[in-house]
Amino acid sequence: MAQAQASKFKNPVVNWIDSRLPIFTMLDHEYNHYPMPRNVNYLWAFGAIAGIMLVVMIATGLFLAMQYSSHTSLAFDSVERIMRDVNYGWLLRYVHANGASMFFIAVYIHMFRGLYYGSYKAPREILWILGVIIFLVMMGTAFMGYVLPWGQMSFWGATVITNLFSAFPIVGDPIVTLLWGGFSVDNPTLNRFFALHFLLPFVLLGLVILHTAALHVCGSNNPLGIEPKGPQDTVPFNPYVTIKDGFAVVVFFIVFAAFVFFMPNYMGHPDNYIPANPLVTPAHIVPEWYFLPFYAILRAIPDKLGGVIAMFGSIALLIVLPWLDTSKVRSCKFRPIYRQFFWILAVDAMVLGYAGAMPAEGAWLIIARVGTFYYFFHFLVLLPVLGKIERPRPLPNSISESVLKGGGHIAAGAHAKPMEKA
Amino acid sequence: MRALKTAILSAALALGIAGAAQAAEGVHIPKQSWPHAGIFGTIDKASAQRGFQIYKEVCSTCHAMHLVPIRTLAGIGFTEDELKALASGYEVQAGPNDAGEMFMRPGVPADRFPSPFPNDQAARAANGGALPPDLSLMAKARVGGEDYIHAFLTGFEEAPAGVTVMPGMNYNKYFPGHQVGMPNILMPDGVTFADGTKATVEQQAHDIATFLTFAAEPHLDARKQMGVKVILFLIVLAGLMYAVKRKMWSTLH
Repeated sequence: MAQAQASKFKNPVVNWIDSRLPIFTMLDHEYNHYPMPRNVNYLWAFGAIAGIMLVVMIATGLFLAMQYSSHTSLAFDSVERIMRDVNYGWLLRYVHANGASMFFIAVYIHMFRGLYYGSYKAPREILWILGVIIFLVMMGTAFMGYVLPWGQMSFWGATVITNLFSAFPIVGDPIVTLLWGGFSVDNPTLNRFFALHFLLPFVLLGLVILHTAALHVCGSNNPLGIEPKGPQDTVPFNPYVTIKDGFAVVVFFIVFAAFVFFMPNYMGHPDNYIPANPLVTPAHIVPEWYFLPFYAILRAIPDKLGGVIAMFGSIALLIVLPWLDTSKVRSCKFRPIYRQFFWILAVDAMVLGYAGAMPAEGAWLIIARVGTFYYFFHFLVLLPVLGKIERPRPLPNSISESVLKGGGHIAAGAHAKPMEKA
Repeated sequence: MRALKTAILSAALALGIAGAAQAAEGVHIPKQSWPHAGIFGTIDKASAQRGFQIYKEVCSTCHAMHLVPIRTLAGIGFTEDELKALASGYEVQAGPNDAGEMFMRPGVPADRFPSPFPNDQAARAANGGALPPDLSLMAKARVGGEDYIHAFLTGFEEAPAGVTVMPGMNYNKYFPGHQVGMPNILMPDGVTFADGTKATVEQQAHDIATFLTFAAEPHLDARKQMGVKVILFLIVLAGLMYAVKRKMWSTLH
């Protein structure tokens, strides 16, 4: 006869549920006892920050959706009604609009942290690939969200970006027609973008859960890039990392609040306060800042199809990054040459972003081309070659030896039993 | 600490890109000092009221402000009675009535400011082909915001030698392309302010820009006041959390 599983929880209700659906055991295992390398720095908080931003976006987005009308003749005015007449509607909208930018800031820092400390290397390849997919879905969601207010940049941004797909031979035009729901960006486009903009965040949520599940199998990487060998190298997630991440989240929220309350339109474009007009093209069509490096890559290639391929390729190659990097050493701390190139790549990404905001002509076009070339050179040539020729500095024996110099105590609550995975 | 520095640096650079997006366009707009600027800035209500007076007497002959209900003016100090009196001065189309006909009635504060033209085509026809833009969001819809409005209104001048202004157009040194359908409309003492302020062109431009800032962002004051509270709260919370974090981690070293 089937029997309920034994549960260690004392509360009878929790115990009753847990012995039938061990959700409390799972949470206790994954969030109380989950061993975090004790040397992780504040850059590791950006994963938690990004997760919280997703929740903030879903929560504010839900209430905005209750007030928004996804019809071309109503959309712009309905957003203004939210700003003017809905109780705290201005707050909801500014949190949501700036939240998108803050979400991308968090994710970009999270990604560059992964690049610097080699968090994508074995056995964390799937974890990294899920992250790249999250990034892609995020980009799609953000793009469609920017279309919803139906301002000039919404309309023309949508026109430019959807038209990219027409570059593909044969399938291109049918794809564009499908995206538009007709033969130009119009009401059907706005309707389907609204529907997808509501759906995709929940897809993101699912992907984030998978991302976290994959993380909890391998455990978190750390600034030294070596695996923890036992409880002396780790601390239980709760309370040590909970409080540390919590502090980082609050500091991040201070920056977030500064934007929302004191410069809410800084990261937006003034043209989006002009209602969409298919007959008037803005002088410069610029995407949101978080797309600018990719926009620069798109425009750097003189051929339309080539540009589209380069742009998608620049993200797609991140998927194979774990196999492009041939070095066995994870952390840049021990890779003196790669470390220099990491920073050049970071600067390259910034330069591409700047070039993406500038008109694609003259010096900026040349800079964008050099930047694009370097971006691909870094991933396709430098990374595979460096791993072979670079001589890494010697790795420390263990995390505790390296960070505690012999001292230190094992965290209360860390079980001295042998680790399941070390 | 180093990691934190890196994070802040990256964020700053990322924001630099956002700034670049805006720097990419246009003429240099001189910055003005605004009482509503800064963290503790609030809308100068007297100035905004004067600005509204100019809007009512001058701008609204051509420019609509169709997103703004008349009641919004309570935010710059109009009392309920003043709003009712003001609104009843406008004729608003209503209906259909029981006979199926549209009719005109005096406005109420819940009405939006009536537009001067029934549609864009009529507006163009009356303005030599140019469409006077709606002013509801003007302070947010142009690069430079209220500084641009001020610059534009004071920027009309004789076209420099060598520039031919097209018929029906006027030269403005801050307008993108410099040729604009709107004529120089602000005249010294073109309006008489109830509060005795001297109506120089400079003063009028300033007051209109203040009013349009309010019209575009009626909750500006509430937003900034809430922001100060939220950030103070977060700073205290961050301090407490940092103290707890330090204490908790101190046993590990």
